[in-house]
Amino acid sequence: MTGEIGQLALSLALALSAVMAGAGLAGAEPGAVRARAIANGATMGFLVFVALAFGVLTYAYIVSDFSIVVVAQNSHTLKPLIYKITGVWGNHEGSMLLWVLVLAIYAAAMAAAGRGGARLTSAALGVQGLLAFAFVLFILFTSNPFLRLDPPPFEGNGFNPLLQDPGLAMHPPMLYAGYVGLSATFAYAAAGLITNQADAGWARAARPFMLAAWIALTAGITLGSWWAYYDLGWGGFWFWDPVENAALMPWLVATALLHSALATERTGAFRVWTLLLSIAAFSFSLIGTFLVRSGVLSSVHSFANDPTRGAYILVMIGIAITGALALFAWRAPALEGGAKFEFVSRETTLLINNVLLVYAVAVVFVGTLYPLFLDAVSGTKISVGAPYFARLFAPAAVALILIVPFGPRLPWQEGSLKAAARALLPALGGALLAGALVLAFAAPRSLVVAGSFALGVWTVGASAVDFVHRRRARALSAAALASMLAHAGLGVTLFGIAGVTAWRVEALDVLAPGQELALGPYMLRFDGVRLANGPNFQAERATVTALRGGKAVTTLYPEQRFYPVERQAISDTAIRTTGYSDLYVALGDDRGGGRFVLRAYYNPLAPFIWFGGAIMALGGFASLWSRVRFRAPRRVGEMAPAE
Amino acid sequence: MIRALALAALLAAGALPGTGPEKLSDPAQEARAVALQKEFRCLVCQGESLDESNATLAGDLRRLIRARIEAGDSNEQIEHYLVSRYGEFILMKPPLEPDTYALWYGPLLVFLIGAGVAGTVIWRARGKTSE
Repeated sequence: MTGEIGQLALSLALALSAVMAGAGLAGAEPGAVRARAIANGATMGFLVFVALAFGVLTYAYIVSDFSIVVVAQNSHTLKPLIYKITGVWGNHEGSMLLWVLVLAIYAAAMAAAGRGGARLTSAALGVQGLLAFAFVLFILFTSNPFLRLDPPPFEGNGFNPLLQDPGLAMHPPMLYAGYVGLSATFAYAAAGLITNQADAGWARAARPFMLAAWIALTAGITLGSWWAYYDLGWGGFWFWDPVENAALMPWLVATALLHSALATERTGAFRVWTLLLSIAAFSFSLIGTFLVRSGVLSSVHSFANDPTRGAYILVMIGIAITGALALFAWRAPALEGGAKFEFVSRETTLLINNVLLVYAVAVVFVGTLYPLFLDAVSGTKISVGAPYFARLFAPAAVALILIVPFGPRLPWQEGSLKAAARALLPALGGALLAGALVLAFAAPRSLVVAGSFALGVWTVGASAVDFVHRRRARALSAAALASMLAHAGLGVTLFGIAGVTAWRVEALDVLAPGQELALGPYMLRFDGVRLANGPNFQAERATVTALRGGKAVTTLYPEQRFYPVERQAISDTAIRTTGYSDLYVALGDDRGGGRFVLRAYYNPLAPFIWFGGAIMALGGFASLWSRVRFRAPRRVGEMAPAE
Repeated sequence: MIRALALAALLAAGALPGTGPEKLSDPAQEARAVALQKEFRCLVCQGESLDESNATLAGDLRRLIRARIEAGDSNEQIEHYLVSRYGEFILMKPPLEPDTYALWYGPLLVFLIGAGVAGTVIWRARGKTSE
C-alpha cells in the first residue's frame, strides 16, 4: 500500500508543478492577481505531496518493506536505524527524490518570502515550476523509487558499507541544499529577465537564496572532504575526483556570483554579468548532476550507470541552459550598463575576483571533462590528476588571496589605494613575519610552505584589521562581519592545507603485538587485535597505545570491518585530534601470527582545513542573518558617510 | 624443455609487479618512491593515485616502483617503464603534446579573455563618477 501512496503523491506533485509553472508565468503579467494566488497555492501543494512521497519512502526503509525494489536493493533488516534512514538517499532513485524535495522547499520559501515584489516572485515560481516538472517527470519515467517487487524477498541486499557513516549521512542533503538552492537563483535571474526587473532590487531579492545555496555548498564540500579524510583511510582530504570537482565548480561560480551581486545590489553595476553568473551557477549544478548520475564518470559516488537516465538529464540540461541563455541574449542587451566607478574601487577588486574565479572554474571544468572529450574524439586515454590541478589552480588561488584583503578596505566607486595599503600594513607585517619564522625554524625549509603561511596570516590579519577599523568607526555590521569571517576562513583552511602537506609524518610497518612504531613526536605501541562485532559487521579491532615522552597519552582502536551481507571489507580509521593536529591510525592486512600492517599519520594542522570551511559557512550565515533580520543595505547614494 | 619453461616462468615472475618490498630501508629512496607513487594513477580505481589507493594492483605497483628503485633505475626510467606497460593513462599529469594543448592552455585562454573583458569594463567605467 505504501508504495502506491508514494506513487500517487508523486503523480499529484507532477500535476501541481505544471500548475505552478503555468500560473507562475501567467502571474508575471501586471495585474494577474488570481494567477499569482494559484501559483502560490500550487507551490505549497507541491511541497506537501513531495514531502509525502519522501516520507512514504523513508517509512518503507524504516520498516524494511522489501516489496519496494529500491529498499530491497539498498537496505537490510540488520542495518542500524540511522543508516536505514540515510539509505533513502544513498541510491539514485532516492537521491533524486531528495533533490526534488529540496527544490520544493526552496520554492515554498520563495513563495512565502515574496521578495522583490509580486510579479518577480510569480515569474520565479513559474521557472521553478518548470524545473520541478522536468525533475518529477524524470523520476517517474526513469527512476521511480516506488516500483514493486513480486514476490518480495525475505531480506534486502544491504548498503555500501563506505556510505554507512555519520559524516556521509549529512553530506548529500547538505550538498543538495546547495546544488538545488542555485535553482532559486536561476529562477530569479530568469524572472528578472522575463519581467525586465533585473535591477538592484532584483539582486537584493535573490541574495538570500544565493547565500543559502552557497552556505550549504560550503558545508557540503567541507563535510565531503572530512569524510574522505577519515573514511578512505589514506589521510588525504581532497582527491580532485571528478565528483568532488562536480561540486567544486558550482561553488566557485556561486562564490563569484555572491561577489558580483554585491556590486549589483549596491550600485547597480555588473547587472548583466550577475544575471549570467546566476544562470551559470545552476547550469554547473545540473552538469554536476549529469556527471554523477549518468555514470559517464565512475567514482565511489555514482550509484547509477544507466544511459537512459544520462540521455534524459542531458536533454533537460540542454533545454534549461539554452532556454535561459536565449532569454538572456534577448533581454540582456536592453539593460543599460550602469557601472560608474574609478580604477581604485571595490568594484575593481570584485571584477578581479570574478576573473580569477572564472579561470579556476575553467581549470576544473577542462581538467574534469578533457579526458572524456579526448577519448571520444581520438580514443586516446589520458588521466588528469592532482598534479595538473595543483599546477593550474594554485596561481589563481594565490592571486585571489593576495587581492582579497583589499576588497573590504576599499569603498565603492572611488577609493585610495594608499589609505587601504596603510590600513593593511599590520596584516602585511604579520604575514611577512610569519613567512620568515616558518622559513627560519620549520623543517623541511620550503618557500612554498612559508608563502602559504604568509598568505594565511595576510587574510586572517586583514579580517582583524577590518574588524578594528570598523569598530572604531562604529560601522560594524553583520554584513561586514560576514566578509571578515568568510575571508578569514579561507586563511584558516590554507594553514591546514600547508601544514598537512609540509609536515605530515607517515609510518607504515608490519608489527607483532608489543612492537612499537615511531611517528613524529609519538611512539605507537601495537597491543594486538581482537574480534569485535557490530550490528551488521564483523571487525578486527586493534588496540594502539600512543606514547609521548614515554607516557601513554591516548589509545586508538582502528578496525578492519567485514560486512557479510554486502561482502565488502572496509577499514575504519581511528583519529585522535588535539585541535591542532591529528593522530591517524589505520589497520591493514593480517600477516599471520598476530602480525598486522599498521599505517599511521601525524597530520599537523589538519583540523584547520575543516575549521576554515566552517568559518566560511559561518560568514555566509552572518550575511544571511543580516538580510533576513534587518533591512537590506541601502544604495550608495543613500548611504551614511560612516563607510 | 621443462627447464626452459621453468626458467621462462621464473623470468616472467621476476618481471611481474609485486616483487618489491613494502618499504625501502633507505629514507632517501623511500621518499623518492612516495613522491613517484603520487605521479601515477591507480588503474582500477577512479581518480586516486597509487599513493592513495587500497586496490591490490596499486599495492603491487607500489612495490614494483620500490623494486625498480632498488635496482638502480632513475625516475625517468621508471616512468618510461610504467608508460610502456600501461600507456599514458597511468600518468596523473598528462604530458604536453598536441593532443593536450587544449587541456593545458584552454584555461589560460579563458583567463586572458576574462581579463580583457574586465579591463574593458574598468576602462569604460572610469571617470563617470564625476559626471
